[in-house]
Amino acid sequence: MNRLLPFLGFVALAVLLGFGLWWNRWHDPTAVPSPLINKPAPAFDLPQLDAPSRTISKASLLGHPYLVNVFASWCYVCGEEHPTLMTEAQRLGVPLIGYDYKDAPGDAKAWLAEHGNPYRLIVADRSGRTAMDFGVYGAPETYLIDARGVIRYKRIGPLTPDVIQHQLEPAIAALAKEAP
Amino acid sequence: MTPELGQLALVLALLLSLAQGVLPLVGAWRGNRALMATARPAAAGQAVFVALAFLILVWAFLRFDFSVQYVADNANLQLPWYYRIAAVWGAHKGSLLLWILILNGWTLALAIFSRQLPEAFAARVLGVLGLVSVGFLSFTLFTSDPFTRLLPMPANGADLNPVLQDPGMTFHPPVLYMGYVGFSVAFAFSIAALLGGELEQAWVRWARPWTNAAWGFLSCGIVAGSWWAYAELGWGGWWFWDPVENASFMPWLVGAALIHAQAITEKRGSLRAWTILLSIFAFSLSLLGTFLVRSGVLTSVHAFASDPRRGLYILCFLAVVVGGSLLLYALRAPKVMGGRPFATVSRESALLVGNLMLTVAAAMVMLGTLFPLIADAFQLGKVSVGPPYFGLLFPLLMAPVVLLLPFGPYLRWGKGEGGQLKSVLLRCGVAALACAIVAAFFVGGRLKAVVGVAAAVWVGVGVLLYVAKRWREMPRGRRYPAEMAGMLLAHFGVAVFLVGVLLSESLSVSRDVRMAPGDSQTVGGYQFRFDGIRQTTGPNWHAEQASVTVTRDGKPVDVMHPQKRTYAHEQVQTESAVDPGITRDLYVALGEPMDPARLQGAWALRVYYKPFVRWIWGGGLFMMLGGFVAATDRRFRVRREARERVVAGPVESTAREVRA
Repeated sequence: MNRLLPFLGFVALAVLLGFGLWWNRWHDPTAVPSPLINKPAPAFDLPQLDAPSRTISKASLLGHPYLVNVFASWCYVCGEEHPTLMTEAQRLGVPLIGYDYKDAPGDAKAWLAEHGNPYRLIVADRSGRTAMDFGVYGAPETYLIDARGVIRYKRIGPLTPDVIQHQLEPAIAALAKEAP
Repeated sequence: MTPELGQLALVLALLLSLAQGVLPLVGAWRGNRALMATARPAAAGQAVFVALAFLILVWAFLRFDFSVQYVADNANLQLPWYYRIAAVWGAHKGSLLLWILILNGWTLALAIFSRQLPEAFAARVLGVLGLVSVGFLSFTLFTSDPFTRLLPMPANGADLNPVLQDPGMTFHPPVLYMGYVGFSVAFAFSIAALLGGELEQAWVRWARPWTNAAWGFLSCGIVAGSWWAYAELGWGGWWFWDPVENASFMPWLVGAALIHAQAITEKRGSLRAWTILLSIFAFSLSLLGTFLVRSGVLTSVHAFASDPRRGLYILCFLAVVVGGSLLLYALRAPKVMGGRPFATVSRESALLVGNLMLTVAAAMVMLGTLFPLIADAFQLGKVSVGPPYFGLLFPLLMAPVVLLLPFGPYLRWGKGEGGQLKSVLLRCGVAALACAIVAAFFVGGRLKAVVGVAAAVWVGVGVLLYVAKRWREMPRGRRYPAEMAGMLLAHFGVAVFLVGVLLSESLSVSRDVRMAPGDSQTVGGYQFRFDGIRQTTGPNWHAEQASVTVTRDGKPVDVMHPQKRTYAHEQVQTESAVDPGITRDLYVALGEPMDPARLQGAWALRVYYKPFVRWIWGGGLFMMLGGFVAATDRRFRVRREARERVVAGPVESTAREVRA
């Protein structure tokens, strides 16, 4: 019996590896799911970039779905993502809210003036403390939040036309279906 | 036309490997000498055809034959010739062909040098290698044919992954494969012994240099990979416990255990079953590494193209080879058992403890590597296992090995005496303690660094004491036979390695800084002044190159030139600048410009001061050297000649001579 142990151990290993092959046909092994998906978005109350005296809170946005796009003027990849947002944001059918992350307001405004502004409105999180509640890894990131304030989809890294077509649009379509 | 010749050569090689895998085994089973005699010609013929196929692929790369898909995927007109040759093994299909070429090289060497072995035994060994070759050749031909045509032929190809365009990367895979595949010899040996139902100590002696050499190659390959990661990836790290690194580290650990187990079995006849099991493990882990790398089952920083169909094939192959071997072991191991008992205080028990710790460490690495998969299977959520797990458990498991290491050579086979051990313990202990106290003042009491100094001195002094003892007690010429010199070198490598790891881990300083031209930063007592960016070009890239002047107390040390290269197809690759030194490395990596529109403005830079980091690879090279030197020992050959002389004599006398 003892001499069979290595063999039995290997059988268990082979089963595990076989499982891994099967599993990866249906799952993307590189995906890091956010623990917040299908959980209520954290409460926030952030000043607007253009008018710091007025704040936007989670409660004020309830009632219809919206996208939150984390960006910053110091973020190189955000610059690469930006043209996509400029062309695609309009036709998504949900408002796009900019989330200016750890940025000086002057820098952000200059950056938007240069590259264009695809956002319905922009909130500024200078300290990055609220971003921590969202679990932001770094800019750019995008969150889809539904009418009840629940995070339904999250993208780490830039939105590309491909990601929008294959991931974001289906997620938005799913929201539209359950709306009535 | 030529690529089709390559394909044909591979098909012929497959047919010959089938012949080499089946006929000699049947011959050994039936006692048919004619069938046994087919092993060597089949192996030679197969090697010729595989070499031909490999050369044809090299030729296709050299003359830019983009009608071959694999060439078009991995080279373009700007790629210099030396990287075009390296591109042959730059991706999956070609690296598989390289693996097969090396397997054939080892098999050929074995066919040439195995004339002293009993005919049936040699036939079985070569037969087993033939079967391994069947697996790999059919894998190549059916799932990863490097000669597939691409029509219409593109005017220019894609590019070799820029990460691989580095001298370290050109020879890392071949050397690593030399190690992986080298373990196939010990493996074939064990399977042959199990099939035949007997294991002579003399055969183990004959197998030992092959294992030592393979392990030396593997050490070198891992060092090259680690050095490359350090110099090329721009993170300043040298080991990341990434699945692909672990895949090479597991066979290395088991290989180290195997080297010692073989020594016990050869000299004392004990632990035969354990030696056989380790031989199977070492090669199985090499195959497992291939599976993990090529199947995409685990995520890794190494971007290998993966394909589930290939994964399934390797898994089936793994099941046949490893499952079959372990089943054979379960059924036949009792037949080859035997050997002498040994006392608690003896060289055998010390080696056995080391063996167990190395094997458990390999199992620990395997568990950590596969754990994300286990978590998926049992719905534990997405788990990533990284440095916190390995960094805690690995030192714990290796601590007993480090503690025992100085005593090994002093212990006698069978039983040891306590007196000498006490004096070694005393001297090593006092030296380690004294150095640790002195070091504590220099490193500001950082525990890891102090432990590093103590452990390295403990091992180093232990090795040097033994060197001195041999010098005093033995006559000139018999002081350090190659086997012992190899052992001492490798053990000394452990001491050097310990210095490198523990000191660089605890004393390194790294800083991410934003620097405008003219700005200075002080890191680790050195002043780094950023002097701006200029454009530069290479054969197939252009780059922004920074100029960083390093001074210490006003005296110039070096001018460093980290680069940010852009290759064809806009792939960006950092090229860090390293100022090497025995006691410290200075390391600067160029990040992003603060403003992409103004390259002459401020940049993000990463500056490191890394004390003793070079000793890590130095230690690895000592271990490699140890493996190679030990492999050259005359004893592994001389006895065989003696044996040949008595072959004509009565069988009993041969057996007695060998056992003596």
